[in-house]
Amino acid sequence: MNELSPTALRPEGTHLTGWSSVEADWSADQRAFRTASWGKAMMWIFLLSDTFIFGTFLISYMTVRMSTVVPWPNPSEVFALEIGGHHLPLILIAIMTFVLISSSGTMAMAVNFGYRRDRRKTAILMLLTALLGATFVGMQAFEWSKLIAEGVRPWGNPWGAEQFGSSFFMITGFHGTHVTIGVIFLLIIARKVWRGDFDQARRGFFTSRKGRYEIVEITGLYWHFVDLVWVFIFALFYLW
Amino acid sequence: MAQSNTPHGDTQQHPIRLYLVVWAWLFILSACSYMVDYFGLVGYLRWSLILLFMALKAGLIVAVFMHMAWERLALAYAILLPPAALMVFVAIMVFEAHYTLFNRLAFFATG
Repeated sequence: MNELSPTALRPEGTHLTGWSSVEADWSADQRAFRTASWGKAMMWIFLLSDTFIFGTFLISYMTVRMSTVVPWPNPSEVFALEIGGHHLPLILIAIMTFVLISSSGTMAMAVNFGYRRDRRKTAILMLLTALLGATFVGMQAFEWSKLIAEGVRPWGNPWGAEQFGSSFFMITGFHGTHVTIGVIFLLIIARKVWRGDFDQARRGFFTSRKGRYEIVEITGLYWHFVDLVWVFIFALFYLW
Repeated sequence: MAQSNTPHGDTQQHPIRLYLVVWAWLFILSACSYMVDYFGLVGYLRWSLILLFMALKAGLIVAVFMHMAWERLALAYAILLPPAALMVFVAIMVFEAHYTLFNRLAFFATG
């Protein structure tokens, strides 16, 4: 009985493609995510759970908007601004969208420079990402203040269906919280990169494990997810 | 979706140019969705354009920025298939919302 010969332990099915590769990976009696580290796999699974949270928020927004007998306030007008005498619909939201997309771009490049062991560029790009994220949160604070000053409350507003306020504060508030946490996360990792923790195999203060540059990519996954959620909020809440 | 990389602990190394191209596309698509509102398009044209630009942007972010296009399918399916359940939830709540609206109109309508 020599069932555990080296050939039996070698991962099989690495040559397979398509559905057969999925079947082989999941039935291999080994780690299912063969090329993803546990850190990356866990971040993906967390993001999946977060998808359900935001999905439920957006579905409840859809439900209240479809079932109300009172007209829904027109987001195009509610979020319009006067700039230099021009009346621009949704302009602040459009700028926020571009800011967040830009932060995703700088984040993607930070991941790239991280794997090239370019500490300086990685840290600078991460700080730039954090700065753009903070700008986004700042504009959101401005938007909230403006709407609150105009009389929008979770239980009512001057323009129509009361559910507008509760949907707005809940969805954008939860998203803004995510952005804020992301900024803090980015600053912490950028500091570690800058200090060279991942080159000197310095141990982290919390887990006392040695970090790797992969943490930049994992931070990036979270950051891109925040941008991804905004894509859906922009389309379904602001443009609909 | 071919799998090219390396064992665990590996790196996702792609040319910077790829990220810049995707970034540019995200800008263009966002500008397009803003234009939908700016020009005040309505009806099915509006909804289909909004959803199209949304799906394209989401796809680019997940596939390229989040590197899902280069992960093994075992991970991609595990992450990307479960959200399909949300579509079922949407369908259920569309029925529910119609029913609520019907009841409000039938029993609570004033005037």
